[in-house]
Amino acid sequence: MSVRLMWRKSLNVVMLSLTGVCVLLTVSVLFFILGYLVYNGGKDLSWTFFTHLPAPVGEEGGGMANAILGSLKLLLLAALFGVPIGLLGGVYLAEFGGRTIPFVVRYTADLLNGVPSIVIGIFAYALVVMPMHHFSTLAGGFALGIMVIPTVLRNTESFLTDVPRSLREGAFAMGANKWKMVATVVLPAASRGILTGVLLALARVAGETAPLLFTAFGNRFWSPGWDQPTSSLPVVIYTYATGPYEDWHRQAWAAGLVLLGLVLLTNILVRAFLTRGTAYERS
Amino acid sequence: MATTPNAAAPADIPGNSRTLSRRWAGADDIAHAITLIAAAVLLLIAVLLVYQLWVLSAEARTKFGWKFFVTEVWDPVSGDFGALPFIYGTLVTSAVALILAVPLGVGAAIFLAELAPPKLSSSLTFVSDLLAAVPSVIYGLLGVFLLVPIMRTTIQPALKATLGFLPFFKGPSYGIGFLTAGIVLAIMIVPFVLSVSREVLLAIPRDQREAALALGATKWESTWKVVVPAARIGIFGSVFLALARALGETMAVTMVIGNNPKIAASLFSPGYSIAAVLANEFSEATGNLYLSALIELGLVLFLLTFVLNGLARLLILVTTSRGSGVLPT
Repeated sequence: MSVRLMWRKSLNVVMLSLTGVCVLLTVSVLFFILGYLVYNGGKDLSWTFFTHLPAPVGEEGGGMANAILGSLKLLLLAALFGVPIGLLGGVYLAEFGGRTIPFVVRYTADLLNGVPSIVIGIFAYALVVMPMHHFSTLAGGFALGIMVIPTVLRNTESFLTDVPRSLREGAFAMGANKWKMVATVVLPAASRGILTGVLLALARVAGETAPLLFTAFGNRFWSPGWDQPTSSLPVVIYTYATGPYEDWHRQAWAAGLVLLGLVLLTNILVRAFLTRGTAYERS
Repeated sequence: MATTPNAAAPADIPGNSRTLSRRWAGADDIAHAITLIAAAVLLLIAVLLVYQLWVLSAEARTKFGWKFFVTEVWDPVSGDFGALPFIYGTLVTSAVALILAVPLGVGAAIFLAELAPPKLSSSLTFVSDLLAAVPSVIYGLLGVFLLVPIMRTTIQPALKATLGFLPFFKGPSYGIGFLTAGIVLAIMIVPFVLSVSREVLLAIPRDQREAALALGATKWESTWKVVVPAARIGIFGSVFLALARALGETMAVTMVIGNNPKIAASLFSPGYSIAAVLANEFSEATGNLYLSALIELGLVLFLLTFVLNGLARLLILVTTSRGSGVLPT
């Protein structure tokens, strides 16, 4: 074997192994994060954490019940605002659109998807907080809802266009008109994929912190109403992690574990149960 | 007399069915209109977003003009605002992130697209997708309590000892700073580089690889000299996409960059980024000028990511010619 060939063969082995190392490094980060959070946050998770309000500043103990409820309320608002618009918009793109408008909508959705979440926060601040003159749960839900729309819309569209032509023609042949065909044949056929998209979009915004900082703001007590500021898990993690108290740091780890656990669990369950045989699995 | 009802009846029935069919068609129109409104709401949101950013930053734009982008002073008390330290911090941390993340992400994508069996490849891609789903505040949490101490006690002194002659690795080791923020960002954007690059590599036809192998190329040569060059435009696209992510990333950066509006050549020194200053100061901004200067920063961030995303989508579209459906959200 010539020196040149030996060089080429060893280069081959070395470089290919290096790509394997890249994968190993990337993938191990997830397990490391998860393990580290379980190690650090697991010991401070207790019943109190889920059922109690935060202790007064400087005192130890207390929980994050208000933040958990706040996160749920924000997600509910985001879903109520974002999902219908995204869903119907997706139906428009796949079923009713012509040429020009769908192109513009699609492009805008992709653009909106790439807007940094903190900028969405500014937008919600300008549109909801400024007219109301104070921070509110509504403003936070509005910000998260805006982030849900483009994902749900594009996802709904792609699953609707995946529904085979024959199904639509069958519906037409039975005498159904368009909206009936869409509502009773196409949408049910695509429902699993659409639901997947909705749940993943919600899981994504559940961890968003930046757009909540100056919309939902924060609250050390139960939020008195939808038009009042509320606490939320991601914001509390941020406040506690950057705060000065040891006890806060411990609670930030516990809250981080809860948040990460919920987000990852949603992702895994959704992808495991809802995506069998759909485009998600194929991709 | 007898013919009139008879004549009326056939006339009635088509008449009825005509109104019926008109009613059906009307339902189609209503469905069309409702879905169109939903799509229009999306357009409205985008237009309003740009409009609000533009209008609300008017005060700062007229007062400072282009000077806003070249001055270093950020003094809310005397009402003097310059964006340079934030723009600098955003660009520097993103550059560090790209330098670290692109080789890692592309390398991993090569493994997953070219070497790994399909089953393994798809499950590893799933793990990488999960990594992309980890909330940024979690990365910040690990950054603050794990990475910052390691940087301070180990990595920064080691860099100083070996590469200390470079201007980037000078000064005291605080742990926080441009380098730490860049590393956290790198970890966060690797999954984006990976999944898009893998997608692009998989779109390169099999014949290309086989032709190279048939000519006697090794696996690595066929990958590096044939497949990767064929996919390079799409890979650039994935890099732009990741860059847009890095520029707009807020929480993790805010927690480790040090929040100090200074321009320094050393990557060890604490800095600030556009997103971080928005996160820290927006809710406490007093006075219209202060708020409008912050919103102008938001506008800058928006435009940067807008241009990069557009470019990325175009490049990926060119190589995969499948549209942005393959892009991660």
